[in-house]
Amino acid sequence: MTTTRLLLASALALCGSAVLAQDVVRMGTEGAYPPFNFINDQGEVDGFEVELGNELCARAQLTCQWVTNEWDSIIPNLVSGNYDTILAGMSITDERDAVIDFTQEYFPNVPSAYVALSDGVDVTGGVVAAQTNTIQAAHVAETGATLVEFATPEETVAAVRNGEADAVFADRDFLAPIVEASGGQLVYVGEPVPIGQGVGLGLRESDTELKAKFDTAIAAMKEDGSLNALLSKWFDMDAPTY
Amino acid sequence: MCSDPSTLNDLSWFVCYLTTGKHLSFYASFGTVLLLLAVTAPVALLLGFGGAMLARSRVAPLSWAGQSYISIVRGVPDIAFFLFFVIALDQAFEYVRHRVLCPDWGQAVYQGNDFVVCPAAKLPLSSAPQWEHEVYGFLLAVITFSLVFGAFAANVLHGAMRAVPRAQIETAEAYGMTQRQAFWRVLVPQMWVYALPGLSNLWMVLIKATPLLFLLGVEDIVYWARDLGGSKTPQFTDYPHGDWRMWYFLFLLVFYLAFTKVSEVLLNRLMRRLTHGQAIAGGEAQRKSALEGAA
Repeated sequence: MTTTRLLLASALALCGSAVLAQDVVRMGTEGAYPPFNFINDQGEVDGFEVELGNELCARAQLTCQWVTNEWDSIIPNLVSGNYDTILAGMSITDERDAVIDFTQEYFPNVPSAYVALSDGVDVTGGVVAAQTNTIQAAHVAETGATLVEFATPEETVAAVRNGEADAVFADRDFLAPIVEASGGQLVYVGEPVPIGQGVGLGLRESDTELKAKFDTAIAAMKEDGSLNALLSKWFDMDAPTY
Repeated sequence: MCSDPSTLNDLSWFVCYLTTGKHLSFYASFGTVLLLLAVTAPVALLLGFGGAMLARSRVAPLSWAGQSYISIVRGVPDIAFFLFFVIALDQAFEYVRHRVLCPDWGQAVYQGNDFVVCPAAKLPLSSAPQWEHEVYGFLLAVITFSLVFGAFAANVLHGAMRAVPRAQIETAEAYGMTQRQAFWRVLVPQMWVYALPGLSNLWMVLIKATPLLFLLGVEDIVYWARDLGGSKTPQFTDYPHGDWRMWYFLFLLVFYLAFTKVSEVLLNRLMRRLTHGQAIAGGEAQRKSALEGAA
C-alpha cells in the first residue's frame, strides 16, 4: 500500500518539470499487417500506412511518433489516451464508429478474399480462419462456415498451411504477396467478396480538431494524386483509385 | 556484405539474418525480461512481507486489509488483472495529475468512451521521447507483477511466520524481549526456512509468467519471437523465409528451461544454508552427518 502511495507521490513530483513542448501526435499501429504496416528488418515500423501517416503529418504540420500495439486492445488504448490515432488497416464499420471516430477512407473498399491449399474448398461450409475482431471474422460467422479466430494475421495463414483451417478469409491485399510467394501452394478460392466501407484513420470522438486536420490532409492527397502514387507503390493496383 | 543477402551462401546468410536490427531488438528484450525479474522479485517480496505483517496484526482493520489484499489478488485470474488493471492504473495516475495540475480545466474527463485529461497531466507527456513511454510501460508492468506476486508471497510468508515453533517466541519472551524484539530477532530470522519452498515455487512461476509482459504492450521475447518467426514474403524483407515460429519458440523453451534449472540449483544451495542449525528435520540431518564426519 505504501508503495502505491510512494509511486503516486513520485508521479506527482514528475509534473514539476512539466514544460509543454510542441505537441506530439502519437500514431498507433499494429506492425504485423504487411503491406499496410509491419516491422522491417531494422526493427522499425514500415509500410503503406507509415509512409502515408508521415506524409499526412507533414502536410498538417504535426510532429508524429509511431507506437505499436496489439490488435486486440488497439481501440481501448486509443480511447484511454495512450496514443491519438489508429492507422492499422482498420476498416470503417458501424460498430467501431460507435466507439471511435474515423476520417474519410484513405484506402478504398477493396474486396476480401478466400485463400486455401486447393481451389475446390467449400468456403461456406468448411472451417475458415480469420483474425479476431475484424470485419472478415464477422463475415465468416454469417456465411455458415465454421469460424476459427486468431490474434494475428500471420496465424490465420499458418492455420491453412498446417491444415487446421480449410481456408483463410482476409483483405485481398494482405493475402496477395503471400499467395505470390507461396509458389502455387496457396490459391484463391472463388470470387473476392466486397465488404466494409474502406479503411480510415481512427481517432477519439472528442478529438474533433485533429480529425479535421487529417481529413483535410487526406482530401488534399486524393486531389493531387499522391495517395494514388502511394497505393500503386505498396499494392498491386492498376488503375488510379481516387 | 549484408547489402544483398539473396546472393549469399547459407552460413553468411544466417550471419547477416541473425544480426539485423530486428534481431538485435529481440536479443535486447531478453534484458527486459531479466530486468523485470530483478526488480519484481524484491518488490513482490517486500509487498508480501508487508501483507503478511498486516494479516497477522492484532488491530482488526489492519488485519482485514492484509487478508483482503491476499485473497482478492489471489482470487482474480492473472490475465484479467493484466488486461484490466494496467489501463485502470494508468488512468488513475493521469486522473490524479489532472486534478492537481489542471484545476481550471473546463471539460469532463470522461466523455462518452473517451478518457481525456489535460495535456499537462498526460503520463508521460505526449511530447516526451519514446523511451520515456517505454520505461513508463515497463514500470506499470513491474507494479502489476509485484502486486500479483506480492499477494502470493504474503500468503507464503504468513504461513511461514506461523510455522516457527511457538516455544521459540515463548523463550524470547521469557528472556524479557518485547513483542517487537521477539518478532524481528527470533521469528523473522527463523521463518525463511519455512518460507523458502513456497517462495522458490513462486519464483519459478514468476519466471514462467514473464511472457505476460507481451499483454501489457512491452515488447518482450515472445513478441519478437512471434514477429521474427512469422513467414516473410520477399516484398517486405531482404530475408524471406517460411513459418519459422517453431524454431524461435524452441529457442525460448530452451532459455526458460535453462533459466529455471539454474534457479533450482541456486535455491537448493540457499535452502541448505538456511537449514543449518535449525530445529527441523533437515537441520537435524545436517547436524548428524557433520558429527559422523567428525568421528
